[in-house]
Amino acid sequence: MNGGLSSLRSEAAGAMRTVLVSAESLQLTLKPELTQEEQALTQSGRKAKEAHTAGNEDLKEMLESNKESLKLEAMKRIVQLISKGKKSSDLFPAVVKNVASKNIELKKLVYVYLVRYAEEQQDLALLSISTFQRALKDPNQFIRASALRVLSSIRVPIIVPIMMLAIKEAASDLSPYVRKTSAHAIQKLYSLDADQKEHLIEVIEKLLKDKSTLVAGSVVMAFEEVCPDRIDLIHKNYRKLCNLLVDVEEWGQVVIINMLTRYARTQFTSPWKEDAVFDDNEKAFYDSDSEEKQGQKEAKPYIMDPDHRLLLRNTKPLLQSRNTAVVMAVAQLYWHLAPKHEVSIVTKSLVRLLRSHREVQYVVLENIATMSIQRKGMFEPYMKSFYVRSTDATHIKTLKLEILTNLANEANISTILREFQTYVKSQDKAFAAATIQAIGRCATNISEVTDTCLNGLVLLLSNRDETVVAESVVVIKKLLQTQPTQHSDIIKHMAKLFDNITVPMARASILWLMGEYCERVPKIAPDVLRKMAKSFTSEEDIVKLQTVNLAAKLYLTNSKQTKLLTQYILNLGKYDQNYDIRDRTRFIRQLIVPNEKSGTLNKYARRILLASKPAPVLESAFKDRDRFQLGTLSHSLNVKAAGYQELSDWPAVAPDPSVRNVEVIEPVREWAPSVGKAKQPKSDDKFYSDDEEKEEEGSGSGSEDSSSSSSGSSSSSEESGSESEEESSEESGKTSSDSGKSSSGSEASSSESEPEQKKKKRTKKATQRKSKQSAADSDSDENGSGPVGKTSSSSAESSSESDSEEDSDVDSPPPPSPPQKKTVAKTKPKVEVKTKKEVSLLDLDDFSPAPPSAPKSSVFSSSLLSDLEGLSLSNVSSAMQVTTPSFGPVKTYELLHHMTGKGFSAKYHFPRQPCLYQPSMVAVQVILTNSSDHSLEEIHIGDRSPASLNIHCFNTVERLEPGASVTVSMGIDFSDSTQAANFQLCTKEDQFSVSIQPAVGELLMPSTMTEPDFCNEQKKLMGMNETSASITMATANTSKQNISKQVLSVANVGVVSSGQNDLQRFAGRTVSSGALVLVTLELREASTALLTINTEKSVMASMLLRDLKQALSQS
Amino acid sequence: MIHSLFLAKEKAGDPENVAPVLQTPHHYLISIYRDKLFFVSVTQTEVPPLFVIEFLHRVADTFQDYFGECSESVIKDNTVTVYELLEEMLDNGFPLATESNVLKEMIRPPTILRSVVNTLTGGSNVGGTLPTGQLSNVPWRRVGVKYTNNEAYFDVIEEIDAILDKSGTTVFAEIQGVIEACVKLSGMPDLTLSFMNPRLLDDVSFHPCVRFKRWESERVLSFIPPDGNFRLLSYHVSSQNLVAIPVYVKQNISFLETGSCGRLDITIGPKQTMGKMVESLMVTIPMPKSVLNVNLIATQGTYTFDLSTKVLLWDIGKLNPQKLPNLRGSLSVQPGAPKPEENPSINIDLKIQQLAISGLKVSRLDMYGEKYKPFKGVKYVTKAGKFQVRT
Repeated sequence: MNGGLSSLRSEAAGAMRTVLVSAESLQLTLKPELTQEEQALTQSGRKAKEAHTAGNEDLKEMLESNKESLKLEAMKRIVQLISKGKKSSDLFPAVVKNVASKNIELKKLVYVYLVRYAEEQQDLALLSISTFQRALKDPNQFIRASALRVLSSIRVPIIVPIMMLAIKEAASDLSPYVRKTSAHAIQKLYSLDADQKEHLIEVIEKLLKDKSTLVAGSVVMAFEEVCPDRIDLIHKNYRKLCNLLVDVEEWGQVVIINMLTRYARTQFTSPWKEDAVFDDNEKAFYDSDSEEKQGQKEAKPYIMDPDHRLLLRNTKPLLQSRNTAVVMAVAQLYWHLAPKHEVSIVTKSLVRLLRSHREVQYVVLENIATMSIQRKGMFEPYMKSFYVRSTDATHIKTLKLEILTNLANEANISTILREFQTYVKSQDKAFAAATIQAIGRCATNISEVTDTCLNGLVLLLSNRDETVVAESVVVIKKLLQTQPTQHSDIIKHMAKLFDNITVPMARASILWLMGEYCERVPKIAPDVLRKMAKSFTSEEDIVKLQTVNLAAKLYLTNSKQTKLLTQYILNLGKYDQNYDIRDRTRFIRQLIVPNEKSGTLNKYARRILLASKPAPVLESAFKDRDRFQLGTLSHSLNVKAAGYQELSDWPAVAPDPSVRNVEVIEPVREWAPSVGKAKQPKSDDKFYSDDEEKEEEGSGSGSEDSSSSSSGSSSSSEESGSESEEESSEESGKTSSDSGKSSSGSEASSSESEPEQKKKKRTKKATQRKSKQSAADSDSDENGSGPVGKTSSSSAESSSESDSEEDSDVDSPPPPSPPQKKTVAKTKPKVEVKTKKEVSLLDLDDFSPAPPSAPKSSVFSSSLLSDLEGLSLSNVSSAMQVTTPSFGPVKTYELLHHMTGKGFSAKYHFPRQPCLYQPSMVAVQVILTNSSDHSLEEIHIGDRSPASLNIHCFNTVERLEPGASVTVSMGIDFSDSTQAANFQLCTKEDQFSVSIQPAVGELLMPSTMTEPDFCNEQKKLMGMNETSASITMATANTSKQNISKQVLSVANVGVVSSGQNDLQRFAGRTVSSGALVLVTLELREASTALLTINTEKSVMASMLLRDLKQALSQS
Repeated sequence: MIHSLFLAKEKAGDPENVAPVLQTPHHYLISIYRDKLFFVSVTQTEVPPLFVIEFLHRVADTFQDYFGECSESVIKDNTVTVYELLEEMLDNGFPLATESNVLKEMIRPPTILRSVVNTLTGGSNVGGTLPTGQLSNVPWRRVGVKYTNNEAYFDVIEEIDAILDKSGTTVFAEIQGVIEACVKLSGMPDLTLSFMNPRLLDDVSFHPCVRFKRWESERVLSFIPPDGNFRLLSYHVSSQNLVAIPVYVKQNISFLETGSCGRLDITIGPKQTMGKMVESLMVTIPMPKSVLNVNLIATQGTYTFDLSTKVLLWDIGKLNPQKLPNLRGSLSVQPGAPKPEENPSINIDLKIQQLAISGLKVSRLDMYGEKYKPFKGVKYVTKAGKFQVRT
């Protein structure tokens, strides 16, 4: 190779060319602020130049000395020279000699120098090549990698073949780090010599197959740079990339996600088609509608490709990344790929990014602005996050304003307008003006508030600031143009204000309005003209022009009154100093005053001047940005940037999905479950599919057994749902197994390589798994958390391996459904019911755009938690810790009626949170409202009875204005009795005796435990401690979901996940003493049930029993 | 090219107002402005802007980490290290090593002692082997960490972001929190941190070391920690919970319609402090540009008024509930200038020790994988984030 090099060298000089180093896709420059920079430049004048040529001489000497330290010092000084932008290329020969130095730091600095100057001194740069070639064979992977890095950074065309060879070798290096470097080198070589494309693609193809997470990001980057159109290279690696994604380093994640977004748009069919029926805000449970929906669906079923689902599922956890670019990448992926109802899960994460640096805020807000045009519902719950602070930078303010305007609808417009009122007063006048425009847009979009907005804007006309007034007039003008019929009042009002307004632009706008709508204000317009005629000479030019216009228009419509005035004004204009005005006057006179010269134009004067003008459209500046992929530079600039890859439209028919199948058996099996699952028809289970994904997510993390039972049953219920909504148990058993078969049939079609028998194997395996689970819970725990633990403990294991393992763990659960049906066919219908409950509750949390409510937390987590708790070796009963609040509708009680309180009223509710002050207290939130006409001062808590009553008072409310209300929280220790807490609520003048009577259910805290634990504890609380009753439930309450809803609304207890379907269990602890309270509800035939409560607090038990009975018997 | 950035800056007036993404005839400039420095990256092709912005911030973080501060003079003094760092952080425009632990193994941060030793021995600051973290699947931790005192500290820091209106009503309030950790543990410890009330955490983002799936299922933080300081978690407290506002502000700022003066009267008192002391109380008021000077009396603390930026800063210190701090006096306004349209907003800074205002509590920290008993500690602090009172 060395021999070849010397012969090549002679050609080098000829092949010289200068290419900007900045052709690199990203270069970093540091710049201090302008002022310093300029100073630096001016100071370092000629003097400095002389000094540095002299300086270079001794640097040369230092470099040629024998001492390492001297050389190092010299190199450091050279780097400093480079940083100051001074030329040091004359030192090239002396520097290059040190490329083989043993001192790593020296070597690195030489590299820095070399990369910078090699292009200028190609001949000399070649001297260093042999050193790199030697280093490429070094046993130290770090040295191999850095040699390749520098070699590929030297932009000398003559060494292209050498680079090519080095890249090829490095691509099959044992060290993933070196392979990663080779992926980077590919891009560099490509930018140096695009002719190498074909060879480079070969290397890329090879590296794409690499299983190391280290390589994945870099090679995809190379792919994007070199051959973004060769989608076919991705097919076989698609699933691997999806699976590796979580473990790839963060920068690689961004690149891979963006590439996969593009890929998915070419390979899968659109998930949006039948979604289009849905409004984005609507997420209700269409229980009643579902049947008709079903009809639609059968006509045109949409089945999401399992690979499509895989991508969505595997990217979701990355929303939690600390890297804002990753979060944005996932958000755009969901935006462009996910079914419409799933997109909203990214909202929360995007809003979170707004806490980050200003620059991040800017980019994220831009994207939210685009998104919020199409999907208001996504961001509406977070509207307040877009409220402007006076300390925000102007561009941030304007973007927030833009988003608020996009979010405005009938419901929230009053809040938004109130917020806008504050902004209008802002000291930042550019922002105030933008706010006025925003108000204008709200006014046109929401007809209800048009008048309010107009009135508000009219008020602003009297503002002192010129920009504000001008902007208001302009906006009013636009608004009136859109609907001029009703607003002659405002035109009149503006005419009245006219005398006070001094801003020329605003005056001109008013005059224009007068002229345009002079027929609506026939009395006022001539009068305004009269005034203008008086002051014409002292007006600004633009006002004069509009005066002339007004005169002309009035002359045409009302020549009787204004003929003389018009002539007077035209005469004044004729001798005006400004030629524009003279011109205009001459033109107008010819046009409107008929004389022998004017000809035909005169006839059309009316049509020319009084033509109806199209109303200007007030719309978002972000309207057209959605043509670009979100999160891209092009989107940010609203200009197509070089190298931007268009997102293709969804294909009408999906290309053959089998291209993604990989021959290896392991991964295929891994996919199968998701295939089966995706078979479900989409539309009727808007909510099923979501939650299912959720469940998988959950199961991935650990507790396998809950997920396997629930997701298994959920899939079965979906299958039966596909046939018909609700059927009798046997039938649904049959149909579901049928549909199971049919789904496996289509499965075979989707991945033909997969034989039928594999399915059988899978089911077998699943059954085994199932039995294993019930046998040993602890085992399944290990299964669940295993992958995580494994990766950490045995770091030697390649991550891809552990990953695939993890995935098989995650995904295998669903298949159990068919065998389950056969073996436990009897319990099936119940299972279905249970799943439904979980399903709908979960859905609420996961996909509702509203801030998540707690339902999922109680049901889902307690089941998971309890499983895990039973499994963990450490603790049995002590683990039954009190958990966070269960869901229940919050009931508010009256504490003090405003009649008794002389206008001061109070309400309270139990927020069901652990009390901050003392664990034995029950948290109570009190809402104090002042509906009197004077403000109340010093609201506090006075005497209490019984005197021993332990209350944590709220801090004294200093002052409560009339009409205001304030929420305070307090803690009360009821000592597990329902005895009322009596105390006095005092204001400065008055005292009111009030009492809080807790419902017994509020004296509890939910507790999580496993079913076995529950049974154990229950056994300890038999006999005396057991209270039970048979109850008849209202028909509406017979579903499991409704039962737990009712129970949770009465008592603050936790749900205990249960394997038995006719049993429902709830557990709690009393707040003060921590005594266990166990509630069991055993369903009997028809609508009767046996309600049992086990607790040592027998009084509480009977009261709770009474409350529950009441709640369950009424619908 | 760079020139257009300065043009944009001039146009914007305040460097904070420069748009981070700019287009020039042949290039795109993506910049961040931090510590009075612009960090600019130049690109010719499409790239996700956040990718670059995030990277630039990492660069700035790294400088901060290495040099203690990130200022112009420090960067000028350490040009060589800066070049070496950038060399390791980027390869052909693609981020390479951005983990501070990994970088520190390759390039040791400059210290006075080391530079003396190096000049004597000719040693270097640059490591010759591939950092261990770079290859393992826990890139954030190096192997062979050893401490004599094994300790793990966690700071739960919560910030209240709020906008209060004139009457003291909360327009918007939310709590954002982070857990900053300082972990000095030998070997490869595997930690599990659990909370008493994890449901409070609504939206979380993790350091890459946290196992996401454990969190999803059990709501515990399970992780192999990086060595040293790092941010374990940042979270948002669910918006259902009411946010306790620790202080109230009684204010009256008025400008006379005629004449050249205005009045200012501000009192601050405790509201919902959960019985804890409010400390480091500071009030910042950006005054309208027409205010020439202020003449005020503070019953507690000291105030300063910056004549050029027109920012009034009142440093109060501890809030004494018995004797509420008050600042009152007159403002002199430029004669002839119109009365300011809007009263300035009041920004409040405060700190409450030993309290996480959301009520979040760490219940326990367990360590697996290592035998020794570490020393553990958790600290809670509540601060005011963007806490603004409109007047």
